[in-house]
Amino acid sequence: MIGSALVSGLGLGSMYGLIALGFYVTYAVSSTVNFAQGSSMMLGAVFAYTFAVKFGWHFVPAAAMSLVLCALYGLLVEIVAVRPFARRGSNAWLMATVALGIVADNTVLFTFGREPRGFVLPWASEGLMVLGIHVSKMQLAIPAFGLGLAALLHWFARGTKYGKAMLAVVQNADAARLMGINVPLAIMAAYAVSTAFAGAAGIMIAPLFNVHSDMGTLFGLKAFAVAILGGLTSAWGVMLAGLLFGIVESLITAFLGSSYTQILTFTLVIVALAIMPNGLFGRAELKKV
Amino acid sequence: MKRLLISLALAAAIPAFAQEPIKIGLVTALSGQSARAGEAITRGLQVAIDEINAKGGLLNGRKLELLRRDDESIPAKGVIAARELYFKEKVAVLIGGLDSPVALAIVPIANENKMVFMDPWAAGTPITKNGAKDNYVFRVSAVDELVDKAMLQYAQKVYKAQKPGMILVNNPWGESNEKGLTAALNERKMKPAGIEKFEGNDVDVVPQLSRLKSAGTDVLFLVGNVGPSSQVVKSLDRMGWMPPIVSHWGPAGGRFTELAGPSAKNVHFVQTYSFFGNQSPVGQKVLKALMAKYPDIKGAGDVTPAVGVANAYDAMMLSALAIQNAGSTEGKKVRDGYYKIGKYEGLIKTYNKPFTPQNHDALTENDYVWAQFIDNQILPVGMHK
Repeated sequence: MIGSALVSGLGLGSMYGLIALGFYVTYAVSSTVNFAQGSSMMLGAVFAYTFAVKFGWHFVPAAAMSLVLCALYGLLVEIVAVRPFARRGSNAWLMATVALGIVADNTVLFTFGREPRGFVLPWASEGLMVLGIHVSKMQLAIPAFGLGLAALLHWFARGTKYGKAMLAVVQNADAARLMGINVPLAIMAAYAVSTAFAGAAGIMIAPLFNVHSDMGTLFGLKAFAVAILGGLTSAWGVMLAGLLFGIVESLITAFLGSSYTQILTFTLVIVALAIMPNGLFGRAELKKV
Repeated sequence: MKRLLISLALAAAIPAFAQEPIKIGLVTALSGQSARAGEAITRGLQVAIDEINAKGGLLNGRKLELLRRDDESIPAKGVIAARELYFKEKVAVLIGGLDSPVALAIVPIANENKMVFMDPWAAGTPITKNGAKDNYVFRVSAVDELVDKAMLQYAQKVYKAQKPGMILVNNPWGESNEKGLTAALNERKMKPAGIEKFEGNDVDVVPQLSRLKSAGTDVLFLVGNVGPSSQVVKSLDRMGWMPPIVSHWGPAGGRFTELAGPSAKNVHFVQTYSFFGNQSPVGQKVLKALMAKYPDIKGAGDVTPAVGVANAYDAMMLSALAIQNAGSTEGKKVRDGYYKIGKYEGLIKTYNKPFTPQNHDALTENDYVWAQFIDNQILPVGMHK
């Protein structure tokens, strides 16, 4: 029972982590986030379903085109729901991103339909025996992809000049601009990457789940809890917090029953944040006044 | 001369009044996820109404007329539509309640105003057993507490179940069936291996199912709509564990095979009727009428969901008998008219005194049939070799 709970937890946790990485990317660059990351995840799944099932494309180009469209949606989020408010020092982007997510959910409801659809990928659901536990290939692929992406992001942010430029933006946007960094472009790129991450999570979860307009709501909420728990300032921290959250959730369900899952998981999040206000892997920020 | 003109006008008005149609109201979901089921109910009613009208209507030649309203599965919208149909359109019988919450919201309006409400779908036990002293609510459909008894009967008969485990969606419907299944098990001095809940939006139900597996579950009782039910089946696939699954009728509500994959066929669920197999003369007549009226129906497989059509057809025919017995469209008289129905050869079965003041449910657990999805069709269990 522990083995299968761990496998389930790792799979779900990687999904939470992947969406939460999107929070990390935009927060690291602009101190803002897209609160409706769940909608971005849903869009990834809906686009992939449309291209792969309705249009009959091969999975790879369908997924690639979906990620491009998700990235474009990220640009829209930044231009419409974040920039106009952040530029004037207002925090109204909080509400604006939620509102845009609701618009996206309802547009999909209207165009895609209310009925959940199945996104079947035979190779994804093929089972394997690992240490005596029956797991599907997709369950193994999801954590591998999530951890790989976190590693790539860590390397990009710390090891490349573009990554350093993006991090410089958040430290001092004016100074960064004076140093020749295109600040608006850096922020737009961060949003595009952020929604593409959520879209990737949606594409990977779709074969395990059903595709419908509100599939991302609960995921988005949990991913935000994970981002805060991880600390929002560390890609590794956010990903590890996602895995931890998923595993704890599965173990509570497996040992105490599903009635306790949400109560205990979120209680543990509150306790963890009360003890470590900057998250498990976050650093305290210095604010000059 | 003036008197003659008035007399002529009155004489002309009398036949016009006699021909005034009897209005039958329908409140159901006609859009959204349950739209197909709402359309099935409409078709069952319309075929019955056409048949009655072709025979000259009711109450000395008054034709029946169907008025439909969409509740979008939202109780508040159902209530508004019910009030409009009762008070403005003056329907003789209101038929409706695809979703139990909508039906439960309409029940007090019917009882307080002494107007008949006939439920051809929603299975919530308290819809007909609503505790009202003066009950105006009738049903031709499955009833949760009876379905639960039937699920246990089926699991014992077919799978020799000793330790069934429950996997139930975490909402009032799941809760209602938890009570029903527990009571059914208690009656037979049995205990469940375990009772597990899952959320409608859960991706992975493996932890809950692992608990049931460890507790020695030999048959799974499943209660959930089509989406959540498919998540249970996919999780079982991932675990490599496929016990017999006996389910409420949730999977019948949508594209179960598409959502759950090839293992969808392992789920056996309750239905009240199937147009496949040998049909009674009434079954043959209804299928023929459906094929003649609706070009998209080419055979039994196109009548979907069949329970919506069958329940609605019988509900309309029994309501017509009640109106005829009442000799009026007045609420109390029509209600008492249902109690006077004797033997009637219906589509689902031959009814014999289907309603009494103590029993407002025409179907019992002996009237259920068991079905499974084979590809995209719902077939009676055992029909597909």
